[in-house]
Amino acid sequence: MTTLLLRRLLEAVLVFFGVTLIIYVMVYALPGDPVRAMAGDRPLTPSVVAALREQHHLDDPVLVQYGQYLAGLFHGDLGADFSGVPVAEQMADRWPVTVRLALTAWGIEAVAGIALGVFAALRRGTWPDRAVLAFTTAAVSVPVFVLGYTAQVLLGVRLGWFPVAGDSAGWPSAYVLPALVVAAFGLASVSRLVRAEVIDNLSADYVRTAAAKGLSKRRTLLVHVLRNSLLPAVTYLAVDLGLLLGGTVIVEGVFNLPGVGQLLFQAVQAHTGPTVVGVATSLILVFLTVSVLVDLLNSLLDPRIRRD
Amino acid sequence: MTEPTGATRGGGGTAPASDDPPSDTSPADASAVPFAERSAWQLLRRSTVFVVSGGAIAVLLVMAVRPALFAGWFGHGDPRSCNLDHSAQGPAPGHPFGFDTQGCDLYANVVHGAGASMGIGLLATGCSLALALLLGCLSGMAGRVVDSVIARLTDVFLGFPFLLGAIVVLSSVTTRDIPTVAGVLALFGWPPMTRVVRASVRSAREADHVVMARSMGAGTGWVVRRHILPHILTPVIVLASITVGSVVVAEAGLTFLGVGMQAPAISWGLQLATAQNSFEAHPHLLLFPGLFLSLTVFALIAFGDSVRDALNPRTR
Repeated sequence: MTTLLLRRLLEAVLVFFGVTLIIYVMVYALPGDPVRAMAGDRPLTPSVVAALREQHHLDDPVLVQYGQYLAGLFHGDLGADFSGVPVAEQMADRWPVTVRLALTAWGIEAVAGIALGVFAALRRGTWPDRAVLAFTTAAVSVPVFVLGYTAQVLLGVRLGWFPVAGDSAGWPSAYVLPALVVAAFGLASVSRLVRAEVIDNLSADYVRTAAAKGLSKRRTLLVHVLRNSLLPAVTYLAVDLGLLLGGTVIVEGVFNLPGVGQLLFQAVQAHTGPTVVGVATSLILVFLTVSVLVDLLNSLLDPRIRRD
Repeated sequence: MTEPTGATRGGGGTAPASDDPPSDTSPADASAVPFAERSAWQLLRRSTVFVVSGGAIAVLLVMAVRPALFAGWFGHGDPRSCNLDHSAQGPAPGHPFGFDTQGCDLYANVVHGAGASMGIGLLATGCSLALALLLGCLSGMAGRVVDSVIARLTDVFLGFPFLLGAIVVLSSVTTRDIPTVAGVLALFGWPPMTRVVRASVRSAREADHVVMARSMGAGTGWVVRRHILPHILTPVIVLASITVGSVVVAEAGLTFLGVGMQAPAISWGLQLATAQNSFEAHPHLLLFPGLFLSLTVFALIAFGDSVRDALNPRTR
């Protein structure tokens, strides 16, 4: 058990160094002048260029630069924007919004995804099943911002069921619509996974045994089939939590929710290079941490993985 | 050299035939493969989803290569001939989709936009597929050291959420055209494919006919070309088709954020990005490019799904 934990942690550390090195090399060491790229279209005076090169240690060898960048990361230093405000500080009071949105979406995904999957599986081959399949494929095919704007205009502006944008209405009313849009993709995946597994398990021997024992259909389904069918969906949901925490960029931009994703959205549109890199790095690190935790939890819960 | 090989084939043809019935789960029997393929093809041709989505993809490919064939249907085929008087007007005679904010015919623009989306989708998927086949075969066939090095490399790239990685790279690139955007998407697209290829190569390597070929002295290159690659073709086709779809969506998302394609180019992502500011007043600007994009992705995913269903014995 301990060796497994150690091995997983070691792998996670390796991945951490790999990911940060790649970000560093891609952003700062690519051919082309990183100072120019950071400034976007704005003109820079030579003194600013010199100061920026100094500040980002651009005249040192690449590995030394990477070391300094890492040291900064460990101190929570994600860089600063052009007016000198640290990125970490800008993000601090935005995290609660992002976490709330991600968790709401996650809950919708889990509940609705599993329910739809079981529903479709029990009516396999009939038109409700095909409708669910078509709906889930459609949900994956529509880009999230198209879905977002459409939902915003139809349900927010025309029908007035939800606040159009912003978070002044607070949780839940300001978050339900954005969360639905965020959840659409994962909901589709979860329901497909559950459907396939339930169909598979319904023809398993233990279901016939349960029926022979005289168990009710409901009990067989809820206790036996469902429990055996949820593993792939649970694994997917676990990984998806990390993705949701990092993947709400577009939706927070569309719905004007003041979260971390919106900061990234605005920074990209304003060409504030250092903020983009800082925020994206921290979102990627959150994703990494959550996946490692999930991985460990999975190997604790599932004996089959542990024995590997 | 040729004699033993001929003998091998003769022996291989008869031996599995006699002990095939008990082990019907393995696709080992060489003579059973053409039969399985034929029946799968018959199954596919009868599947409405396969025929419709395949047809839609074919039409979109033609549209991507020769947009002029479609653009002129309503008499205004030039996407660059614009008249600001018509800015953002709705559908009119000769202009079924209306006009964009610059007063250009939206239908011609949407038709011409297929090229960029399909181009990026195919280019990015092609690059990641080539890399995945190379690394997956290496990882599946070579020793443990190579395998674990490639596995760790895959882990590192899987550590990036697709969109975030692309945002970081693309926001530091100044000129962004089809090759750069496709390249960056390929950079973050190969790891899941590599995993699938590796897993398929591993399972193919253990198959009876491959073990037999190797024991007869077949070289690794020959085994890969002759046995492994045909074996993994199906999962790869399915994955590639779905990947093209997700790349097309990703391109639109990145362009919407402002780190994808740039203005003089014509792409669905750009049309959607410019539509965002005036969507409420002019919904047709978002509707038509969005519809084409969604239908393309829908067709690609449905195509992949139907191929998988037809070739998966469990869902038949």
